[in-house]
Amino acid sequence: MPSLIDLSLEGRKVGQHSPWLRVVVDASVWTFAASELAHGRWSLLGLWGDPATVHMAIMDGQAADIAVISLDCPNRRFPSVGRHHPPARRLERTIHDLFGLSAEDSSDARPWLDHNRWGVRFPLGDRIDALPKAAPYRFLAAEGDGLHQIPVGPVHAGIIEPGHFRFTASGETVVRLEQRLGYVHKGIDGLMTGASLERGVRLAGRASGDSTVAYAYAFSRAAEAALDLKAPERAVFLRALLAELERLANHLGDIGAICNDASFALMHAHCGVLRESVLRAAGAAFGHRLMRDVIVPGGVARDIGKDGMEAIQAALDNIRLRFPALVELYDNTASLQDRTVDTGTLKTSLASQYGAGGYVGRASGRSFDARRALAYPPYDSLHFDVPVLNEGDVNARVWIRIREVEQSLSLIDQILSRLSEGPIRKEVPLGGEVREGMAIVEGFRGDILVWLRLRNGLIERCHMRDPSWFQWPLLEAVIENNIVADFPLCNKSFNCSYSGHDL
Amino acid sequence: MRKLLFESVFRQPLTEPAPSAADAAVAELATAVGQTARRRLGRSLSIREVDAGSCNGCELEIHALNNAYYDVERFGLRFVASPRHADVLMVTGPVTKNMREALERTYHATPNPKWVVAVGDCARDGGCFAGSYAVVGGVSEVVPVDLHIPGCPPTPVAMLRGLLALLEQAGANAVTS
Ligand code: SF4
Repeated sequence: MPSLIDLSLEGRKVGQHSPWLRVVVDASVWTFAASELAHGRWSLLGLWGDPATVHMAIMDGQAADIAVISLDCPNRRFPSVGRHHPPARRLERTIHDLFGLSAEDSSDARPWLDHNRWGVRFPLGDRIDALPKAAPYRFLAAEGDGLHQIPVGPVHAGIIEPGHFRFTASGETVVRLEQRLGYVHKGIDGLMTGASLERGVRLAGRASGDSTVAYAYAFSRAAEAALDLKAPERAVFLRALLAELERLANHLGDIGAICNDASFALMHAHCGVLRESVLRAAGAAFGHRLMRDVIVPGGVARDIGKDGMEAIQAALDNIRLRFPALVELYDNTASLQDRTVDTGTLKTSLASQYGAGGYVGRASGRSFDARRALAYPPYDSLHFDVPVLNEGDVNARVWIRIREVEQSLSLIDQILSRLSEGPIRKEVPLGGEVREGMAIVEGFRGDILVWLRLRNGLIERCHMRDPSWFQWPLLEAVIENNIVADFPLCNKSFNCSYSGHDL
Repeated sequence: MRKLLFESVFRQPLTEPAPSAADAAVAELATAVGQTARRRLGRSLSIREVDAGSCNGCELEIHALNNAYYDVERFGLRFVASPRHADVLMVTGPVTKNMREALERTYHATPNPKWVVAVGDCARDGGCFAGSYAVVGGVSEVVPVDLHIPGCPPTPVAMLRGLLALLEQAGANAVTS
């Protein structure tokens, strides 16, 4: 049955693009898509460049349909999507920084990842020398009586990733926050070009340290889609096991860290212990505490033994024993609730406009979870709930994580009991001339998208989109009218990735 | 909360009943670090962590040093908020070009005597990001490095070992200089 996206997009279909369609369109269809996004009928999954083309991934409904549309830009220009649909703005600025393709009539033409330090401009397009002296970056203005600015970062006061925050405050109240990111830009898209799949998956696993499993998972699935390859059954279950362990460890760590930012160190200490127990079990089972380099195209690189399964089971038992008391403690501590309830509220309309993924979206009424909506195996045969709340405050984001911890515990049980014997890895074929694939995987912080084009088995272009792209701007919105001292709480409850975003 | 606090009073500290080889190693290392730290530095070593472009994996394990299992504060090793309070800079990442100046400035803001510990494979030579237009490639290209702790990321135990080595070295230098 032709879908809505199919019917409304006219263009030339590209062969060898799996599993969703890619269509090369003209500027009018491109703009039509932008207006559908602006009207909230479709949501934006990604927007990225190629040396002379721009691509946009869109979704209709809760993954009822997904498509990629591409527009050739012979004049190095394309109609701006961000002009109609603000979530696209930073993505467009990035396309310009990396490829030199400009969004026509864009409402924000400032650079984003490019701080004029690379020595080149448009490093992935036609590289030209950067100017020895560039104009200073212009922050947006906030004017009024008695306003003052508080610049923070890039080196923060804790053990955290670097970024710059420019607060404008009236007394204690924040009237505007503007982020300046890009400090950890490592040029990963550029390093991917020409790499083998083996090197590609290693790079993908290093895009964002806390999501190393999810990235390797998404990359491998995208490569397999391109090559028409199915991972063996045992590997499919092991991948989900790794992904749920990663989710569990991160949620446990973050629940504690959020409470710590409200000066409630007891929760932090206990959650830290539970997190450590997951990492140790993962280390025992897969030889690496963060489970890095385990998922590879074709399957997994390491099998799990009986000892490993027992270590995981023991960690789960321990969490089941201790976690409920911590949840009760969280729920019953007035001083803590005082800081988290009604703080940093994200409106449901904004969450849906930005297509916010993960706990940020689900705490604000957006129920999208790639595991459920796309039902990729083995999640199509596992039982789990996708918790959703509407309050959208720090407290709601904590509760979504608490519920997700419980769901992951149950998922891991199901996976362990259904793990079948068999091979864990398939030979990866070199593939034909040109093949393209895309995958979306639910990481702990939301949906990660990987799109790649292979030529004779090597990566010609790979683009990875972190969920943070659509969460960072929302953090700017939720802090408004909160006090400066509540920023750490808001920030931690979002826990956006810097490295995954800056790439 | 009272219940949890109360329980903690009676519960055994977080050591496993039958320590495995790895746990024994941690305990041994912990004693060694503690003794050396006290001897050389009078029980205090302040560490400022600087992420100069890491994937954040190294940071996760540095965080783990503060959890109840490793609890580095018991040896007087403290993570501090400002380079001006620090004796040691722990630097991670392949040093992105966008972070180069911030790293230099942080280094200059740290009072002498100071030590720089490069943490992780990226921090040695850029790791798998080496060769990118956006990275410098290794901390020592930007600031002098006293010690490198390998791993991707190094485990908390490996980091404790590294800090111990640093303390030994720092003490030795203090005696000779
Ligand atoms: S060494 Fe590994 S864990 Fe550390 S920053 Fe580099 S890639 Fe990440």
